[in-house]
Amino acid sequence: MCGIVGIYLKSKKFEKSLGGMLSKMLVSMESRGPDSAGFAIYKSDKNKIYKYSICLNDMSFEKFKNEIKKKVKLTNVEKNSDHVILKSIEKPNKILPILEDFSTISLVGYGKSIEIFKQVGSPSNVVKKFNLDNFSGTHAIGHTRMATESAITTDGSHPYSTGEDECLVHNGSLSNHNNLRRKLKKNGSKFSSDNDTEVAAGYISDSLKKRNLKQTLNKGLSDLDGFYTFIAGTHSGFAVLRDEIACKPAVIAETKDYVAISSEFQAMAHLPNVNNAKIFEPEPGIVYSWGK
Amino acid sequence: MILDLKKLKLRSVNEKLQNIDRKKNKRDFVISNPEGNHAVCAGLTENIDVTIKGHVGYYCAGMNQNANIIVDGNVGTGVAENMMSGKVHVKGNASQSAGATAHGGTLIIDGDASSRCGISMKGIDIIVKGSVGHMSAFMAQSGNLVVCGDAGEALGDSLYETDIYVKGKVKSLGADCEEKKMSKKHKTKLKELLKKAGSNIKPEQFKRYGSARKLYNFNIDNVSNY
Repeated sequence: MCGIVGIYLKSKKFEKSLGGMLSKMLVSMESRGPDSAGFAIYKSDKNKIYKYSICLNDMSFEKFKNEIKKKVKLTNVEKNSDHVILKSIEKPNKILPILEDFSTISLVGYGKSIEIFKQVGSPSNVVKKFNLDNFSGTHAIGHTRMATESAITTDGSHPYSTGEDECLVHNGSLSNHNNLRRKLKKNGSKFSSDNDTEVAAGYISDSLKKRNLKQTLNKGLSDLDGFYTFIAGTHSGFAVLRDEIACKPAVIAETKDYVAISSEFQAMAHLPNVNNAKIFEPEPGIVYSWGK
Repeated sequence: MILDLKKLKLRSVNEKLQNIDRKKNKRDFVISNPEGNHAVCAGLTENIDVTIKGHVGYYCAGMNQNANIIVDGNVGTGVAENMMSGKVHVKGNASQSAGATAHGGTLIIDGDASSRCGISMKGIDIIVKGSVGHMSAFMAQSGNLVVCGDAGEALGDSLYETDIYVKGKVKSLGADCEEKKMSKKHKTKLKELLKKAGSNIKPEQFKRYGSARKLYNFNIDNVSNY
């Protein structure tokens, strides 16, 4: 099953309440995905600082902080439950190898605007744990997982991020992910789990090197075999795609201030002015995108 | 009587509507704040009027018998699924599988219905004022599907005996579905259906589609394909 949610703000009006809006959406999708939850939240990226979202797993925050400060200068480490946001002006090609040396931690995403938090447990516990209600931002994507393809772990939770400021959430399952993973690995992509969605995220990141998001998802229609509703995020917005036979649900509500998407309408019932929103189902096999 | 789903539990609202006291005269109900809940007004059996003010989730008015239900909003998957009798009127759009497997009654959708509208329908009359998505009337067995807008891919695939009327474009017809002649009998029936939905469109503007009946029996010439 799984539940997916997303909000893209068209005006600044709700930037401060973005976290609270997404939090309620995630909690109301608990019945579709009680095993784990996660969210990616995008903040404006005017500065040159990179943010690395890291799940510490068993490592203590103090130990990580001490060790990373030895290896990377001019950094700032912010703790949020068992995750940390490492901020640095150092570029990913320098930081990523350093983080790889820490065998116990998991890098869940990085970029100038994205922050990702994901963990096992019910969505209501996960949003509380990371204090999602207090987040602000320009757009956000979330996921509640009912595990099918791989184990209930942090690595098996969504969103998946396989490129700078990129992320993907997925409701459905893919049948050709093993073949595709092998192909992408040959081209240099790296994967941290056996999960099918991570392969789709890797596919998108690989394709984004040559195409824009809309072209990438259109190409995905022929390369990704299975059923899915995807929300793919980038630093400037997100795109939505449903498989061509519409196996998995999605509903979109659009007002002058925001665009919201979710698996079921009930996730959006609390959003401001939603009863006057334009509400529609994205048509199967058509890419819908907001932002650049 | 107003039933507010912000204050009352869905289960208690449904129980109330499913257990109407016939000796009392209360037959008018309004449900407020449905907030996308699933199975609102499922399993009603009495001739009562219910208006739902807002958008609802899946299986709204499922298994309906006798009740007259109006949804002032959009509905999720499977509105009026397996309806036996009565009337369901959706003023907004419907998600997929609207009127699925329904044996009787009337389903009116003012907006669009998405894929698989009337899948395996068994006697219901469905009137959609907008368009329907792909695989509509798949394996439909009996009843009427009227579409005032366009129809998506594979309309009426593996059709048995339902009459399908479409005013707009049909993207493609499914296996064993073909255009049929519109006789006087069909025009009269279509006029009656459109009238029920409060539409003045002339039956002459529609085309009728039905079963070619070639899948009813196995054709021995195809044996080598299996």
